[in-house]
Amino acid sequence: MRRARTWLPGLLLVTPSIIAIGVFVYGMLGWNFRLAMTDKHDEVSEGKFVGLKNFVDIWDLPRWHLSVQHAIMFTLVFVLGALVLGWFLAFLMEKGIRGEGTFRAIYLFPMAISFVATGIVWRWLMNSGMEQRAVGLNRLFDWIGLPQWQWFRDPDWGMAAMALPAVWQMSGYVMALFLAGFRGVPEELREAARVDGCNEWGVYRYVVLPMLRPVTLSALIILGHISLKVFDLIVAVSGKQIITDVPAVFMWVAVFDSHDPAKGATIASYIVLSVAVFVIPYLIWSVRKERRS
Amino acid sequence: MRRRWLAAVAITMASVLGLAGCGGSGGGATASPQATGGGEKKQVEVFSWWTGPGEADGLKAMREIFEKQNPNYTFFDAAVAGGSGDKAKALLQSKLQADTPPDTFQGHAGAELQGYIKAGDLEDLNSLYDELKLKDVFPSQLIDQISVDGKIYSVPVNIHRSNVLWFNPKLLKDAGIAAAPKSVDEFIADLGKVKAKGKIPLSIGSEWTVVHLMESVLLGSLGTDAYNALFKPGANWGSPEVKKALESFKTIMSYAGDPQDDWQPAAKQVADGEAAFNVMGDWAYGYFHNPPDGGLGKKSKEDFDWAPSPGTEGTYLWLSDSFTLPKGAKNRDGAIAWLKVAASKEGQDAFNPKKGSIPARKDADQSLYTDYLADALKDWSSNKLAGSIQHGVSVNQPWLASITEAVGLFIGSKDVAALQKGLADAATANAQ
Repeated sequence: MRRARTWLPGLLLVTPSIIAIGVFVYGMLGWNFRLAMTDKHDEVSEGKFVGLKNFVDIWDLPRWHLSVQHAIMFTLVFVLGALVLGWFLAFLMEKGIRGEGTFRAIYLFPMAISFVATGIVWRWLMNSGMEQRAVGLNRLFDWIGLPQWQWFRDPDWGMAAMALPAVWQMSGYVMALFLAGFRGVPEELREAARVDGCNEWGVYRYVVLPMLRPVTLSALIILGHISLKVFDLIVAVSGKQIITDVPAVFMWVAVFDSHDPAKGATIASYIVLSVAVFVIPYLIWSVRKERRS
Repeated sequence: MRRRWLAAVAITMASVLGLAGCGGSGGGATASPQATGGGEKKQVEVFSWWTGPGEADGLKAMREIFEKQNPNYTFFDAAVAGGSGDKAKALLQSKLQADTPPDTFQGHAGAELQGYIKAGDLEDLNSLYDELKLKDVFPSQLIDQISVDGKIYSVPVNIHRSNVLWFNPKLLKDAGIAAAPKSVDEFIADLGKVKAKGKIPLSIGSEWTVVHLMESVLLGSLGTDAYNALFKPGANWGSPEVKKALESFKTIMSYAGDPQDDWQPAAKQVADGEAAFNVMGDWAYGYFHNPPDGGLGKKSKEDFDWAPSPGTEGTYLWLSDSFTLPKGAKNRDGAIAWLKVAASKEGQDAFNPKKGSIPARKDADQSLYTDYLADALKDWSSNKLAGSIQHGVSVNQPWLASITEAVGLFIGSKDVAALQKGLADAATANAQ
């Protein structure tokens, strides 16, 4: 009885969230996977179990290849862009800029905006009109003599342009992560390195950066899963056009336009799996680390 | 110890209540239309996507007639914003799946409703058509094209035309084009003439406007009967005629300017004298003509002009907004009362001049329709009819999604063979 008193209150406290998460996250995930393995290709049919057929068949669709390629390009540009820019901003901050608090707030603000609002503004900024019809960035570029671009309408590099608003939005957050990381490196360590004859570059290269590895990894996971699931930004910028199709948009079209629940569930499953590829190693790694310490 | 226990229980209860509260608010939102009715007046929930300028005014005019004729009902406007009803349809689908349909909802008349019919969401309206003798007042071709196995499931309120070529008369004159092109080949020649003058030959919007253009090119190249046959069972989308039409479509697309965000900026390029031609439905007329609050305030025949899209003279490529009677509607009688207003001459003549469309009825008051609408009304009563693809008449929603996909891929690849194969596959997978 006494024992129960020690663990029962805690358990009661978390039970509602365990149940809620169990039903609304894992239950729904399971339901989605089950649906993806049926042939329920319209709303009214029963849906027989067909195993992994949908998962294989989807690779026959040219649109799927396109949306996967788009997602990869978007992820590469977005994750690398936000990491590099965020790291650079944090680096500048860490060097002790005057009015650091103000800059930090300015760089963090974009994160408070929803992707939809960002998308609507950037749709105008990245308008593909050129010369007399140029608005937004193209107008600016025209004015200062830089080449003008098709932006997200470019058939090859459109998704790289599409990642720009996302980089703009998330790099402040990455900066905050890195800044905390920088601050977490004890001054003594740096001094020790300097005493040992290390120049400033060497201090960063051999002392600070290795200690930032966990922060970089967290940032990578956070950005990576946002990127693979991206939907709202794309829809706000270009709607559901093939030229900027990504798996999440394709899923929406499959469910609400094609009325094909099984196809939608298959795409949803692929999105979950692709995010899991990022997240699961991270979880294993952090559990191991906790055990070690 | 006891306090810890109490705290734990309190927090548990609070979170359970919180969860219940979240669940409750979702249900509350759908229940509210009924709740706000109050008294003996019963609410009729009318679901549409008419929120823009013109269309919302038209809906209001119809609503006033409804409330005057039915003092015991109040009208609940459940409109969801968004052009051509994208978001509205997604919300509607979740309402239908939860078996909480609105009392009546807007849908494009024709094949777009097939999904709802197959899922058993709609009641057929044959008895209403018989009671109001609607088969006598709507064109018989229209009745044919919206019937499914002899049953009609919706009441068309208005008619729009998809195959309209909008052009800038000044630019055409500068390029030495005497009149609007009459055939697809003439059109291609004219596009070349405009290009030589350094203007945009053809303005284009987002992906769906390209599908919209394609349906006009198909109709213009194939002719009305062959076009209509494409949507019959066993149609041959792989034929050389379709191939030729798609080759022309590719040539026409090669003259298109940079794609604009949507149809309005594309239409505006014509009105502003940047582009010579644009193929868009006749809702563009309101946009060109209306005063600068939702419109461009341009002069018809001077700043912009129109003609049937090349090769489609004598054919009305139509689409129509219609209202339905969902099964399990809470206020079925109220919904029927609304459908009666929507079908009536009075209702349609109140709605359409404001919306910028023409009534589906043949007995409309012609004096209400001027300028473009007068032309449209004349053509509607005399032309052959063909159903739009993009706007849900000829193809159901999954079929349209496949066509859109094929066209979207074509915009990137410019591969006519792949487009034709995509269209043929879409037809075999979806034609009934």
